[in-house]
Amino acid sequence: MTFLGAISQLLAITAALLLAPLLMGWVNQWRAWMQNRSAPSLLQPYRMLHKLFHKESVVAEHATPLFRVVPYIVFGAMTLACGIVPTLSTELPLAPAADAIALVGLFALARVFISLAAMDIGTSFGTLGARREMLIGFLAEPALLMVLFTASLISTSTSLTTIVETLAHRELAIYPSLAFAGVAFTMVSLAENARVPVDNPTTHLELTMIHEALILEYSGRHLALIEWAASLKLFAYSCIGLALFFPWGVAEAQSPLALLLALPVLVIKLAIGGIVLALLETINAKMRIFRVPEFLATAFLLAVIGMLVRILLGG
Amino acid sequence: MDASATLAATAPHLGLALAVVLAWLLIGLLGLVAIRSFEFISKVLFPAGSIVSLCLAVVAFAALPAQPETAQLPLGLPGLPFHFRLDALSAYFLFVIGAAATGISLFASGYFRRGEGTPPGILCFEYHLFLASMALVVLADDAYCFMVMWESMALSSFFLVTANHRVAEIRRAGYLYLLVAHIGAIGILLCFGVLQANTGDYSFANMRAQQLGPFWASAGFLLALFGFGAKAGVVPLHVWLPEAHPAAPSPVSALMSGVMLKTAIYGLLRVSFDLLHAPLWWWGLILLALGLVTALFGVVYAAAQVDMKRLLAYSSIENIGLLLAGMGLAALFTAYGIRSVAALALTATLYHVASHAFFKALLFVGTGAVLHATAERSLGKLGGLLRFMPWVGWLSLVGVLASAGLPPLGGFVSEWLLLQSFLFTPDLPNSFLNMLIPAVAALIALIAALAGYTMVKFYGIIFLGQPREEKLAEAHDASALERAGMLWLAAGCLALGLLPVQFAGALSAITEQLTGVGLGATLAANAWLLVPMDVARASYGPVIFLVGVALCCLLAYVLVRRFYHGRLRRAPPWDCGFPFQTARMQDSAEGFGQPIRQIFEPFFRMERELPTASDTAPRYRVTLADHFWHWVYLPVARLVTRFAQAIAWLQQGRIAVYLLYSFVTLVAVLMLVRA
Amino acid sequence: MQGMFGQLINLFASVLLLLSFAMLAQRRVVTLIDLFMLQGATLVAATTVVGVVTHQPHLYLSAALTLLLKVALIPWLLHRVIRQLNVRWDVETLINIPTTLLLGIVLVIFAFNLALPISQLSSSVARGTLGIALAGVLLSFLMMITRSKAVSQVIGFLSMENCLFFAATSATYGMPLVVELGIALDVLVGILILGVFMFQLRERFDSLDIRHIEKLKED
Repeated sequence: MTFLGAISQLLAITAALLLAPLLMGWVNQWRAWMQNRSAPSLLQPYRMLHKLFHKESVVAEHATPLFRVVPYIVFGAMTLACGIVPTLSTELPLAPAADAIALVGLFALARVFISLAAMDIGTSFGTLGARREMLIGFLAEPALLMVLFTASLISTSTSLTTIVETLAHRELAIYPSLAFAGVAFTMVSLAENARVPVDNPTTHLELTMIHEALILEYSGRHLALIEWAASLKLFAYSCIGLALFFPWGVAEAQSPLALLLALPVLVIKLAIGGIVLALLETINAKMRIFRVPEFLATAFLLAVIGMLVRILLGG
Repeated sequence: MDASATLAATAPHLGLALAVVLAWLLIGLLGLVAIRSFEFISKVLFPAGSIVSLCLAVVAFAALPAQPETAQLPLGLPGLPFHFRLDALSAYFLFVIGAAATGISLFASGYFRRGEGTPPGILCFEYHLFLASMALVVLADDAYCFMVMWESMALSSFFLVTANHRVAEIRRAGYLYLLVAHIGAIGILLCFGVLQANTGDYSFANMRAQQLGPFWASAGFLLALFGFGAKAGVVPLHVWLPEAHPAAPSPVSALMSGVMLKTAIYGLLRVSFDLLHAPLWWWGLILLALGLVTALFGVVYAAAQVDMKRLLAYSSIENIGLLLAGMGLAALFTAYGIRSVAALALTATLYHVASHAFFKALLFVGTGAVLHATAERSLGKLGGLLRFMPWVGWLSLVGVLASAGLPPLGGFVSEWLLLQSFLFTPDLPNSFLNMLIPAVAALIALIAALAGYTMVKFYGIIFLGQPREEKLAEAHDASALERAGMLWLAAGCLALGLLPVQFAGALSAITEQLTGVGLGATLAANAWLLVPMDVARASYGPVIFLVGVALCCLLAYVLVRRFYHGRLRRAPPWDCGFPFQTARMQDSAEGFGQPIRQIFEPFFRMERELPTASDTAPRYRVTLADHFWHWVYLPVARLVTRFAQAIAWLQQGRIAVYLLYSFVTLVAVLMLVRA
Repeated sequence: MQGMFGQLINLFASVLLLLSFAMLAQRRVVTLIDLFMLQGATLVAATTVVGVVTHQPHLYLSAALTLLLKVALIPWLLHRVIRQLNVRWDVETLINIPTTLLLGIVLVIFAFNLALPISQLSSSVARGTLGIALAGVLLSFLMMITRSKAVSQVIGFLSMENCLFFAATSATYGMPLVVELGIALDVLVGILILGVFMFQLRERFDSLDIRHIEKLKED
């Protein structure tokens, strides 16, 4: 591990921790603008986190220790996920520990734990949320894996850093398979991050909520950690998308200058990505929960077709 | 004594392994002697059996890299001695048997209760006979010895399944098991008949020396697939599994599911990779297709089950399917001469053998503890047990995470290796197969994700939430010995998850034996990262992974405490402001399985009873049945019955007629001899 | 330069395939027409690129024709038809959508295997495109089979024609101009006939559900 590697690793994690709520605020702001509402401040997520951390945690009487541990596990898992996705530089000492498959496993780990925690209290909404979350998960997870596999086939590697290096270095090569993967990835990320059309992040309408139902019983610092983890997840997904489909600008050379240059590039790319997300959420309507399996199955099959096209066309 | 001295000199590992088997048999016989002294059996014999198992695991692990050892023992029929052989493949399965049995025996010593069905002494005898015969199946080096051990394995496990033989349902399950086991055994016997190629010599060494043509080799393979598939529970021969596992006492289910099914995998590996040399490519395709169908079928059914042991039984079917798929992939690559990827797929398969043995045994003994504490098997009557049985609950969580294929536990490593071997597929010469690869990888990913769904259901409904019945509040935790057994198995899951480099490296002796290529050298280059080919292509470091997550958690905890506070207040649950909550308002097991039933509707034969709006006593009922029962087994059973009725005409009831039959037979045989 | 154009054609080919799958997965007739329009636009782009590569000016003409006909005229006509017939609602498919897509994947594999020996003979810039075009034809066929409304069947037919056209351009660098003009005329006439058919259907049965036609058969 070089010194610069350690620095870039630390920088990647710190940037993720700090920028993730900002991205959330950015998306919310744009969404409000597009829907002709007056927008909340860009810093609103930070204020919310600060306030939640100050509040006392109210935990159900019969909650087990599992319930209290899970926010930390989810937060830790998401932080690590942001640490292994090459956002700023491909020189990440942590990256060899987890490749694309392990990254999907990491998301699955967080999902399983948060579903278990939701079932722990034994309320009607908690179990309902857990069931729906796992339903989305079991279709979205393989779809995400197939999207990553399409990129793996191109670079003959499942290591995320190698994938990004290969894709960034293409000399104007166009990979048709990535078109399929891109559509599938967009669908999966909408579902995984509880966005419209699969879930509505701002709803507390009992019958339609998924993610909110899961975390209904959390409060105070636990809720703050989970909300932060949710924004980290959005950040990680955005970064995966950027890394796969717009990999330019990620620092590869081992120079501090490239690293410094990578940060503003990332911020600009994320800002555009956030606007696109807000746009997608605005022009779509939330679908019925029964339609969700169909939506995700379509994403899954599109990702499979992407892999197929890669093998058939060699592109 | 002289023979044992030479054995110790020429084949030290094999001698020790046979000594361990002998020790098991002795323990079993002691149990027969002290048939009614419950204390002696549970406090001395079972723990002793556990220690013996541990010795076996150690010996077998030491024998992995050693040269093959053979021995002949003048047992059995005169002039037909038992041949034994300990090579890397059998050493590995011996290790799995020993390591899993260590934990299960420890658990069993606290599990069996007084006055339930079969007397404890007989149970102890059957149990250790079962262990010994499994070990000898793996060690056998001729068809005769193999079949004897295979049958004694089937019989001893049959008696164990029917330990509670006063319940009609259990007797029926045992009968079904015995039936399928024997139909399978016929297949294996015929397979050996084909393999010896008319030489009359049934030793494996002779079979290995034969060069069969593609037709006979394929016939032998298909027979072996049928025979071992029946034991392993491959669709459509899986029907006995979900019946026998819930019927058997939990340690026995753990042994059957965790270990016995693996002997079938061993047999299939032995026949197709060792005795038949190299597989043909379409064998691999068949194995792959059959494995994927089995795995998908198993996991979809597991997700819809409402009985905790049936759920685990279906999950075992799923895992057997994955093993078969991995084996099929290895066969495919071997047939095309892509040996390094074949070795990778085989490593994944073998890795999964061990990790499934550990986590499934852990989950089964966990259900055993729950069953004892609550006397309930139905998920709809459990709930909230983590509060009353923290040991069982937390240790089962390890098994659940491993079973769901989550990092950094054992199940994930094998899944990772399997997916890698798909991705590293270089261009196969067959374009059709090339196109199949992504579809197959997608299916495996889907199956793994569904396994996660199933396991969340399993754990959430049993251990989390509010108790669905009042009596659950009195549930007691497992006893000290039971805890020790579960701890061992959980530690195994963790160790397999965290030390993949060391363990997969040990497997390279087997892949070298079966495919000619070992991954040992590539793996040994990096102690903390699992690198099957090259760091730039793929790597996985579970220890770093775990430390990373743990560090992030710890840091978050410390920082939150440092900068904010740790205040906590207990209050009734919020639940969107609902004024009251009862345990009935949680999702039931049926409810949790509803999305699966809906999405995979064509998989099931479903009968629904839905309430109408005007019902005074509304009732919701849904029953699931297996298509295979309806479309395969019942027609076959009807056919057999009709045939039997036709045969029954022979039974005329008069002595003279029966004597006539004997006379005609005698004459016919004499004529045959003369000709 | 050649390699780059080959990749571009490949990209258009897979966008075409993507759009075929999107049509297969789409329930709403309005979106279906939009997708068809996009397909036409992709075709225009692909034809132009082939024209540039092979220096065949008549391909520009055929691209312009496609633009006029398939991107502007026919979608406009179809939009008019559904507005007049008031069939803007969702279409229930005969087979559920994931199953249809699964069948689609099988068809793609089949089509590629079928096209493999032909494309190996071909020396054109993009070899895999023939398989994709064939897959597109089969997928459009599948769409026509699984839909019960006449409008979506018409779109399926048109998309099939699109894919055939793409096969012709990419594999053989376009047909003679006379043939293309003839086909364009055919398609236009076909649309008119089908439009009349739809109006008749609607007048007769007060619905565009083609299952009603089953009643017409003699028992």
